Amino acid sequence: MKQAEKSIQKPKSMYARFERKPGEDKTNTHYCPGCGHGIVHKLIAEALDTLDMAERTVFISPVGCSVFAYYYFDCGNIQVAHGRAPAVASGVTRANPGNFLISYQGDGDLAAIGTAEIIHAANRGEKMTVFFVNNSIYGMTGGQMAPTTLLGQKTTTTPFGREFMNEGNPIRIAEMIAILDAPVYVARASVHNIKAIMQARKSITKALQAQRDGKGFALVEILAPCPSGWKIDPQESAAWVEKNVLPVFPLGEFKDETVGREGISRARNAASDEQIISLLGLDTAPPHFALSNPKAASLRVLCAGFGGQGIMLLGQMLAHLGMRHGLEVSWLPSYGPEMRGGTANCSVVFSEEAVGSPIVEYPDLLVIMNGPSLDKFLPALVPGGVLVYNSSIIENAPRREDVQIVAVPASDLALQAGSERAANIVMFGVIVSVYGSFSEEAYSHLLAEFFTSEKILGINEKALRAGMEYARNI
Amino acid sequence: MKLVRGNEAVIYGALLAGCQSYYGYPITPASEIAHTAAYYFPQLGRTFLQAESELAAINMVYGASAAGERTMTASSGPGISLKSEGLSYLAGAELPAVVVNVMRAGPGLGNIGPEQSDYNQMVKGGGHGNYRLIVLAPYSAQEMCDMTILAFELADRYRTPVAVLADGVIGQMMEAVRFPKPCDTSPAKPWAVRGDAATRPNCLTSIYLDFDSLEAHNRRLIMKFAEIEAREQRWQGYMLDDAEVAIVAYGVTSREAKSVCESLRADGIKAGLFRPKTLWPFPKEGLCEIAERVPKIFVAELSMGMLIDDVRLALNDGRRLGFAANYGGKLIRGDALRNAVVEFVKGQQ
Repeated sequence: MKQAEKSIQKPKSMYARFERKPGEDKTNTHYCPGCGHGIVHKLIAEALDTLDMAERTVFISPVGCSVFAYYYFDCGNIQVAHGRAPAVASGVTRANPGNFLISYQGDGDLAAIGTAEIIHAANRGEKMTVFFVNNSIYGMTGGQMAPTTLLGQKTTTTPFGREFMNEGNPIRIAEMIAILDAPVYVARASVHNIKAIMQARKSITKALQAQRDGKGFALVEILAPCPSGWKIDPQESAAWVEKNVLPVFPLGEFKDETVGREGISRARNAASDEQIISLLGLDTAPPHFALSNPKAASLRVLCAGFGGQGIMLLGQMLAHLGMRHGLEVSWLPSYGPEMRGGTANCSVVFSEEAVGSPIVEYPDLLVIMNGPSLDKFLPALVPGGVLVYNSSIIENAPRREDVQIVAVPASDLALQAGSERAANIVMFGVIVSVYGSFSEEAYSHLLAEFFTSEKILGINEKALRAGMEYARNI
Repeated sequence: MKLVRGNEAVIYGALLAGCQSYYGYPITPASEIAHTAAYYFPQLGRTFLQAESELAAINMVYGASAAGERTMTASSGPGISLKSEGLSYLAGAELPAVVVNVMRAGPGLGNIGPEQSDYNQMVKGGGHGNYRLIVLAPYSAQEMCDMTILAFELADRYRTPVAVLADGVIGQMMEAVRFPKPCDTSPAKPWAVRGDAATRPNCLTSIYLDFDSLEAHNRRLIMKFAEIEAREQRWQGYMLDDAEVAIVAYGVTSREAKSVCESLRADGIKAGLFRPKTLWPFPKEGLCEIAERVPKIFVAELSMGMLIDDVRLALNDGRRLGFAANYGGKLIRGDALRNAVVEFVKGQQ
């Protein structure tokens, strides 16, 4: 077909009639006379025809004048929030990697409110083609300044002209995106005259072809007239672009790696139910043991010390131990900055009934690894309760007549076992001995699960035995 | 049975329910949800992506949902504030998605301690426009799993976003969880946009520029929310049969209240617990039924009087309610809650 005939025909990738468009007129677009969007739409639709891409294409309509792009494109259509098109497109392409994504955005959408989304989608090399229509103004909302508005340009929010001192300079998106590694094709084109349109057609086709060939992210910035926003006659807008816009936004290809670039593959594999169960470890039940006495069957435990002393691990091991002896258990850490230095504590509850409050305010068993924690928590220990404390670190013996106090040189015993870091396991050994409720086989299992390195397991096994032996000799 | 954190249980539930993608941004005390997702999703051929922002994350969810798959995100209050834009768009475009909020203390950056002060944010909206968010309130690691699964089912059934509203304690706490078998009940989604011949005519949008069309769309949404309100109220009672006082509480506060009920009964005060499992729809019918025979109603929450508003609205009988609250990242101490209930029962509060 001759170019002249082609140019007056509606592309197949556009609906024959615009049924979604409200009102009587179902054949013309909603764009103003002289607007660039209609031309850009047509160039995209023609490229989709040429490359036979429309069926697999999902077209993302933004906020701005092109919010209604879904009136026109015969593709799957999704309309999205202002600036978020690249994020939405990322979600779509990850879900269906075989889709072709078009993110069509204006300058407010892409270059202002959506700058984070466009930069990061480009940087991840998402499989999408972005058409960024830069008309240097906010058309739909009433002619306000865009990030691309030229210095001196008057808009409804720069009534005296844009000034660097107040609004900064116009932002050059294509150049910015081109410096990222992942994008495969980045260009700036224009639709202000026939020659420019011919070049824009090439860029648009190339960007879509890159996606069809699985190469990843491409962006074409397209300078477009907005006579309504600029408040000039449509016929004068081409000259206005030549004179004012092109010197600030030069045309050209800023990056073209369409030849030679490896494709991006994010294909998914569907996992079977068996794989899910196996990966989550739901196919094996933890070993089960019987309590040899009921002393620990209902117990509220508070463990406290410095961050890094293994307080959380100690509490978790106790919780596992309780669970494996058929008890209802909960473990609750102090969390956040406290874990990154300073004091740490955790609550462990054993119960024969479902656990009510998991917060231990008044412990039956208090396990203390440092001085400040002793001062803080000892008053809360219930009368008749048990205090186990690290006497290697805490020199002054705690004073409470109404509780059982077990002083354990935990750090020294751990050091003898091979590492001071095993002091928590020494304490664990003391606790299980003091109560005598739990199966010895259960602790060995637990240690082997928690410490997978043979060397560290060896040290902790020694620490456990040292703790148990120490408790027996009290 | 496995001992896991509440935050981990969310991801176990999501994977079992067939969730195909997780998009999120780290924030304490919700981050373990992202950590667990990052570990498991890719190993099962599914997508985990740490987004550049909460806004991007919720919009990736919007895209994945539009593409027809089960998808989710999770955060805590400050992040949910950013995601609220997306919640409104998801509700408007009728896209199913699951959003987990593990509440911390606010307002502003606040701190990372547990609070329940995002109640109004989640239950009363958050985003703009006429929409409702189904809000599930777990009180254990088990329910973090079960309610995540339920959230996916409700989201698909009603084509609307569903929130799981937990707090720092419920998220951080480890408990034994009995996990169900894989239960991907995703229905066919003929409305999705999948980039194929069958779904090519589809269009997902929340813009209805024509006033009459938007009125009709709103009316349809309102009917849908009315149906949800009629069908999906959930609650659990504990020791309410002979109760003279019922404590209304959810999340960590309901765990404390449960212990307080036991301790009060040991002293001869017949206390029971009314625990909403859905905060929207609020279990009005259940509460009204209980309130007919339980004379005294007491509300406990980690916020400055948000849950109590819904209790008042539900009862609508002008009765005086007992109340205990704390905030600042601090729980209500068990003995403080106990004393407040005793005073209320004795007519001193």
